[in-house]
Amino acid sequence: MERKHFAIAGFAGLIVAIQLATRLTGTEYFLTQLTMTAYYSLVIVGLCMLIGYAGQISLGHAGFFAIGGYVSAFLTTFDLKSHHGAFISLMERSGALVSRQDIYGGTLLTVHPWIACAAAILLTVAVAYLVGGPVLKLKGHYLAMATLGIGIIVYRIVLGTEFLGASDGISEVPGFPLPGGLVITGDSSSRISNYYLAWGVVILGMVLLLNLIRSRVGRALAAVHGAEDAAGAMGIPTARYKLHTFVLSAVFASLAGVLLTHFNGGIGPSEAGVMKSVRYVAIVAIGGMANLWGALSMSLVLNYLSLRGYFGTYDDAVFGVILILIMMFAPDGLLRRHLLSDLKRLVSRTPAGEEAP
Amino acid sequence: MLGGMIAVTMHKLVPLPLAILFAVVLTMIVGAVIEIVFIRWLHKPSVLRMVIITIGISILIREIALHIWGESVRALPYFTGSSVSSINLGGVYISSQVLWVVGIGALAVAALTAFFGLTMLGRQMRACAANRDAARLCGIDAKNMVTLSFVLSAAIGAIGGCVVCPITYVQYDSGTQLAIKGFTVAILGGLGNSTAAVGAGMILGILESFSIWVLPTAYKEAISIAILLAILFVKPSGIFGSAEAARLKEF
Repeated sequence: MERKHFAIAGFAGLIVAIQLATRLTGTEYFLTQLTMTAYYSLVIVGLCMLIGYAGQISLGHAGFFAIGGYVSAFLTTFDLKSHHGAFISLMERSGALVSRQDIYGGTLLTVHPWIACAAAILLTVAVAYLVGGPVLKLKGHYLAMATLGIGIIVYRIVLGTEFLGASDGISEVPGFPLPGGLVITGDSSSRISNYYLAWGVVILGMVLLLNLIRSRVGRALAAVHGAEDAAGAMGIPTARYKLHTFVLSAVFASLAGVLLTHFNGGIGPSEAGVMKSVRYVAIVAIGGMANLWGALSMSLVLNYLSLRGYFGTYDDAVFGVILILIMMFAPDGLLRRHLLSDLKRLVSRTPAGEEAP
Repeated sequence: MLGGMIAVTMHKLVPLPLAILFAVVLTMIVGAVIEIVFIRWLHKPSVLRMVIITIGISILIREIALHIWGESVRALPYFTGSSVSSINLGGVYISSQVLWVVGIGALAVAALTAFFGLTMLGRQMRACAANRDAARLCGIDAKNMVTLSFVLSAAIGAIGGCVVCPITYVQYDSGTQLAIKGFTVAILGGLGNSTAAVGAGMILGILESFSIWVLPTAYKEAISIAILLAILFVKPSGIFGSAEAARLKEF
């Protein structure tokens, strides 16, 4: 077995250990937050790929998360019963629509969650390609501001659109059915299965990204990050690789949005807010930029603490402080590979390598 | 935001001009402290790093303001007259506060232009912006210039906050929107050109106001950002800035 497999097996073991620990201590209600943490972690590992390996910052990933969540939530709650047309009857006959009871006992005819999920991902890919092309041509603070702007536009649109629930968001989103009778839902009876489903998705995502890093694409991205001009001169299509990584990380965020919305049974505009995007970047930064495992473990700890309310009313401030401290003292991220040698250098007081302007 | 909030708080204790003066001075001190604590000692920070640090600081200030002032919306009283009185200017009725905003805005631009064009300090600052190393070789203390520019922009921001807040009101989170809009306008006008920035600000304001003809009001904020994106994609040097000047700046 390779080192990579050990790490994945170790992480899966940790997930099982956490579940067993909550069972033994009778604190299984923690699993709800841990499941939500899993979906946020999915955003973070995707963003880590973009920031750490492709070297492109994005302060707008909450926007992609919200696109996924909102499209899925809207399609699975919007009643099509009173709408008639060739397209709708075609969809109904092909099984793309499902009929279910709402909480008042009436019947609802809505789009099937799988179709809604596919639509959400497709829209995210389209948006990411559309804005990614021009945005990734920008560098430095222009890139930061442009991605921040995209996030704010999504936030403003969901906040200002009546049929997306405006400031209330969308609620009563049904569960997400999976083969084998499993359902992604916040129902407390299926808490344990949901916990494993969520982390299973994260582990799958990690396997995909870890393989990607060790592939031709990953090496090309490392070259782009190191010296973009040199990589271009070597014949690497830098723009295309950057764009594809951007789209991939947007899809990760969008999928997390879809699944978390079905888990929570709803989504609100705060999920698209700037603070969420900043939080994702802060966690990637503290995890060590180009360190997927670091980002994942930090996400597990910080998101969980935040969701359990340990930071109280200082929730946003905590992440702001983290971001400032990391950027001031360790702009390459905290948990990185050469942490030990860095510490040694700090102790022996030899000057570190100068940062490029 | 900070300027407006402090002025509102101080106005309960002292008369309006004194409250505004106090707010501006305090905000300048905050600006200086931020620069000295967070930015000054970094060794050759990249611009991106500084942007992320300042975003973090703005979140921090916002949270602190939330804990000090709470979520309530506040406003200063109108400088002259009241919210219902207006002045007749050749048949057009304008609120007196609007005239204050325009007047003080014009004054600020004039003062800045004079500062950068006529005083030694202003020229030194421009030299630092154009070429930091060369400026230092000429004996200019570049670090002090950066601190000074933070103080200066904090002061202008605070004045702006005080002048506008009788009309727009002020709240703990009203800073973020203004920061984005300010950045949009600065890019639109071409960085480092205060006269063009005013023109750009007017264009943005007019576009935003007219956008509610075709789009719901709730999308108004999104318009200014969409304009920012469009400018960045098409002409990052700004509509009034020259491409060469933008290329000279090291970002």
